[in-house]
Amino acid sequence: MSALIEFRDVCKTYHMGDTVVRAADHISMQIHKGEFVAIVGQSGSGKSTCMNIIGCLDVPTSGTYLLGGQDVGAMDKNELAAIRNKMLGFIFQQYNLLPKLTLLENVEVPLMYAGVPKAERHERAQLALELVGLGDKLKNKPSQLSGGQQQRVSIARALVGEPAVILADEPTGALDSHTSREVLAMLQKLHDAGNTVVLITHDNSIAVQAQRIIRLEDGHVVYDGDAHAPEAVVQPTLAGNGGTAV
Amino acid sequence: MSFLETFQLSLKNIWGSKMRTFLTMLGIIIGVCAVIVIVGLGNGMQGYIEDSFDQLGTDSLTVMIMGRGSSRSVSEEQMYQMVEDNGDLLKQLSPSVTVGFPLKIGSDTITSTTVTGVSEDYFSMKGYEIAQGRGLQYTDIANREKVCVIGQYLNLAYYGGNAVGQTLRIGPNAFTIVGVMAAETDDLEEGGTDDCVYLPYSTASRVSSMGTINSYVVTVWDKDRIDEAKLLVESQLYSIFEDDDAYSVISMSEMLDTMNSMVNVIIYILAAIAAISLVVGGIGIMNIMLVSVTERTREIGIRKALGAKEGAIMRQFVIEAATTSALGGVLGILAGFGLSSVATVVIANVLEEALTVRPSVGAVLLAFGVSTGIGVVFGYLPAKKAANLNPIDALRYD
Repeated sequence: MSALIEFRDVCKTYHMGDTVVRAADHISMQIHKGEFVAIVGQSGSGKSTCMNIIGCLDVPTSGTYLLGGQDVGAMDKNELAAIRNKMLGFIFQQYNLLPKLTLLENVEVPLMYAGVPKAERHERAQLALELVGLGDKLKNKPSQLSGGQQQRVSIARALVGEPAVILADEPTGALDSHTSREVLAMLQKLHDAGNTVVLITHDNSIAVQAQRIIRLEDGHVVYDGDAHAPEAVVQPTLAGNGGTAV
Repeated sequence: MSFLETFQLSLKNIWGSKMRTFLTMLGIIIGVCAVIVIVGLGNGMQGYIEDSFDQLGTDSLTVMIMGRGSSRSVSEEQMYQMVEDNGDLLKQLSPSVTVGFPLKIGSDTITSTTVTGVSEDYFSMKGYEIAQGRGLQYTDIANREKVCVIGQYLNLAYYGGNAVGQTLRIGPNAFTIVGVMAAETDDLEEGGTDDCVYLPYSTASRVSSMGTINSYVVTVWDKDRIDEAKLLVESQLYSIFEDDDAYSVISMSEMLDTMNSMVNVIIYILAAIAAISLVVGGIGIMNIMLVSVTERTREIGIRKALGAKEGAIMRQFVIEAATTSALGGVLGILAGFGLSSVATVVIANVLEEALTVRPSVGAVLLAFGVSTGIGVVFGYLPAKKAANLNPIDALRYD
């Protein structure tokens, strides 16, 4: 079976003044359908770059990124928008809900851009919100909700389009430990239901919730394997510089 | 995302910041309101001019005989004959002799009064009525009687309403007043329609020692055939003079057209000046939309991450700008109608003229179309900016 997500020698370089930053330096990896993978790394390790490329928000400078067998690098902005809409469900650290819309309308947004008719949109968005336990707050605004509840709305929004990959970028970064556990349990549930989940985090204790860990450092993959192996959480260079989450 | 949904979304966004939207719209509101009132004022002026010309008679032609460049002349008998020969088209004729001498009543010399020599038909041609005494008669003209009919203004101002039988002087001659015209206008004023003296044209031409009569008024049966009548009179006069510089035929309706087109030019210029405010308003909308794009950078990033294509973002902002602007247009139209009614009342009370400020449907549609168009044009740049935002940067924006 071919991989759902495949990086072939992916490089991404940025120019910051005169210096060239290699955010992704010849990364190759594969993620298969139904996996629960955590991409772990400190600030500056290249995990955000990886997340942007996986999420089709950015394209590699060189190398190939295949999503569901399609070469994303060759796509223009509108094709990227279409593939994000169809293939990916985003969960952000800051929830990124639209403050003026109700929860139902927020969850409907991806379906709206997919051109789903209004009645079907309502129904599917309502089901997704019920799934995350917010079926009674359809008409509320995000500002009336706690952080954990808002993140559940964003999970519902990620789910509603039935994407191939659910991409969670530091989903617990803004939450306390109790609600963090709730959110992680929910991701686990999604995985159990057969979804492919890619979790991006700097926090090892969060990363171990996944099946498999891909550890990045300075744009290289330094570990790729079972999340429960001892090496998975060891940081080879002991970069104790207290890098903070981005 | 359909057009209707995008429109609903933009209404929601506009409603979310009412005060700002209103201030943004103000330029458009003022511009549209000004255009509508100015065009309404123009329509009112046209109506007013038409009414005034109706009083003067749009069914009449004025014939001027200059005799220039020709040794030939035309007599009043020839003119009467022409009217008689063309009785199906031409109704009546009266010579019109302007007397240059000042009018004297008692010891007062009055220069404002129009003194004219006319025929006995003149009063019925103009629709003037006699209030006291009698009008001019055929015998007055045939015998060159020194009689006259005066306007109501002179009657009230100099004779205390009992002018009939009294005398007045025109130049060296004394005239007996045989009749007084009914008031033609509501306000009897110096130099107005009611400040007039009519004499038999034969007497008038003698006292002013003019050989021939150089001006006539001709009426037609049907005012829609006035152009036809004008051509007829012109061709008849040409056959006499064989020189078209020797005479001139003026129709009131032609003058009305000239006046109307002059008013139109003025109105168009004023409306164009008012329309500058629409452009200023458009720039205001562009400015606020640019601010809005910056403020909503994160929203744009989220929408893009969730699959919005550039076109969808673009549409959203253009429609929002157009909706703002069109809403301003609607408010401007309402304000324009309100101000038009106020202006009508003010003109009636202050200028004491019945001039109705009447906004036209065309102006309303145009104002609405232009204001919506301005929104689209000036919304384009901010929308383009929004559509071109990089989703990664936009998501990170605080």
